[in-house]
Amino acid sequence: MSTTIPAGMREMTYREAAREGLHEALTRDERVFLMGEDVGRYGGSYAVSLGFLEEFGPERIRDTPLSESAFVGAGIGAAIGGMRPIVEVMTVNFSLLAADQIINTAATYLHMSGGQINVPLVIRMATGGGLQLAAQHSHSLENLYAHVPGLKVLTPATVEDVRGMLATALADPDPVLIFEHILLYNRKGLLAADAGAVDIHRARIRRAGTQVSLITYGGSLWKCLEAAELLEQQGIDAEVLDLRTLRPLDDEAIMATVTRTRRVVIVDEGWRSGGISAEITARIHEQAFYELDVPVQRVCAAEVPIPYAKQLEDAALPQVADIVAAAGRLVKGND
Amino acid sequence: MKPSKEQQLWMYEQMLVSRYFEESIEKIYMEGKSPAFNMANGPIPGEMHLSNGQEPCAVGVCAHLEPSDIVTSTHRPHHVAIAKGVDLDRMAAEIFGKKTGLSGGRGGHMHIFDPKVNFSCSGIIAQGMGPAVGAALSRQMQRKAGIAVAFLGEGAANQGAFHESLNLAAVWKLPVVFVIEDNAWGISVAKSASTAIERNDQRAAAYGMPGHFVPGNDPLAIYEVAGEAIQRARRGEGPTLIEIETYRLAGHFMGDAEGYRPQGEKDALFARDPIPKLREHLKASEGWSDAEDAALVERSRARVDAAIAFARDSAYPDPEEALDKVFV
Repeated sequence: MSTTIPAGMREMTYREAAREGLHEALTRDERVFLMGEDVGRYGGSYAVSLGFLEEFGPERIRDTPLSESAFVGAGIGAAIGGMRPIVEVMTVNFSLLAADQIINTAATYLHMSGGQINVPLVIRMATGGGLQLAAQHSHSLENLYAHVPGLKVLTPATVEDVRGMLATALADPDPVLIFEHILLYNRKGLLAADAGAVDIHRARIRRAGTQVSLITYGGSLWKCLEAAELLEQQGIDAEVLDLRTLRPLDDEAIMATVTRTRRVVIVDEGWRSGGISAEITARIHEQAFYELDVPVQRVCAAEVPIPYAKQLEDAALPQVADIVAAAGRLVKGND
Repeated sequence: MKPSKEQQLWMYEQMLVSRYFEESIEKIYMEGKSPAFNMANGPIPGEMHLSNGQEPCAVGVCAHLEPSDIVTSTHRPHHVAIAKGVDLDRMAAEIFGKKTGLSGGRGGHMHIFDPKVNFSCSGIIAQGMGPAVGAALSRQMQRKAGIAVAFLGEGAANQGAFHESLNLAAVWKLPVVFVIEDNAWGISVAKSASTAIERNDQRAAAYGMPGHFVPGNDPLAIYEVAGEAIQRARRGEGPTLIEIETYRLAGHFMGDAEGYRPQGEKDALFARDPIPKLREHLKASEGWSDAEDAALVERSRARVDAAIAFARDSAYPDPEEALDKVFV
């Protein structure tokens, strides 16, 4: 990254950008409030809401009991009741304690009520591995929620997206889940001074290329961009597509990159079996099979609970070298 | 607080409507389901959980509620829906899976939604409790009048969501009342076999809220206890837990052979049917005449018959409607 900051841009961490987005939402709309474990005095387990309790008060910055089912359920009830709750679930792993409320209530009410009741709820949660927290704190289960009709699943990878997707999610009449990768909070990026809401329906090309497409999202975006640099040194021109949103998937952008490069590697920290990488592969086969020169390849988490020791965790998670190798095989094998 | 004669008659009428509604549904449900019983056959498909016998819980509580108050109910919701003022025609049509149903046939009998009177229910045990707590939270934060009532069965008191919701409501002192309809059976499992204490109202102590037990499936006693709890919630003094002893005069659902019931239990329950009991009370204490009673029975039947006719006469949804309303 350049050391000079272009005019009209600010450098900030992903955490600061998430915090700014939350701050703006709380300032702009009195109906917005934040609730979750340790969001108040502690400032959020990833320090995103640090200082908010003092600024906005305990009614709008609510520390909850350790009761995911009840406080996510309460978020649903409050959203239907006219508030705009932002519920923070500490990690996606813990969200399974509230899966009934997310999948059986939030996702179903609109359809099951014949359109009478919508649930304008936003749930934020951390996801992913890489901090040596072992299996129960390191999984990438966003795939699971992307399986469910009625939910929108956002996976911001950049400071612009983590800041701007929240505003769009809050304006959305349907339940929206936002997944923040734990390795991104300290990552710095550039944000336009006038940054605001961003669209949540379009994937974005983060690096244009012609020979192979790396399709990814969230924390893996940065591994793919690094891999693309290394591939360039090998004379391989890689394109990187950031999905940004896992439901609904931007089929158009996926097929467009397939058509451009004719070679695809999908990179996902979720498991390969039944994951979003499987879904994307199937869609490519349904919609753009004849655009492919070679079969789609996937670089995913190993099919194990994510282990603790660094050597083991690294071996289980997708690494830059794995991405470079997979893309290299596709391109060189086809020369 | 004692209910006035007018309030008693309102409760009685809702009980009559509810009972005739269930009896009508029961008959129609069996159409097309013999000789082989298949839930998918006949004009009313799917599971059918009738509320015969549990009417006092609904009327004793809902007599205190306004349309702006929120009620969440269970997989056995008809009596509560009727007492809360849900549109009967459209509820019947929903149960028949018709286009004119409250949800256009997407929900069915366990998923009745009528936002005009803030009624919803859920087919998953204790699931409505969290949303009820949240609804109460929204009222509290908006400084708006209105409380939430979460109905649940005694079996739900063993769900984690029950304990989480009571605790959260108490910690935040929310205007919500939890009403347990204890019909003694969780499908086939007796309360004594599933629940470590005899009465769930005792569990209120664990969450620092008042707990009340109402014996005898008596609508007038329920009215008094619920009234206190609801007034307490309206005054901003926090939640209350009520357990009501009630009776399930039907099976868990239609088709349930009820082989788990002790010999003679059903006969004993029917002998204590709350509807004739309330009728006798009204005659003895409120000067209710046979002629007035006959007229009210007639009117209640007519109202149910009209709802059933509306449901029967309505069109089925178009297949493509299955695909809409997933997102706004």
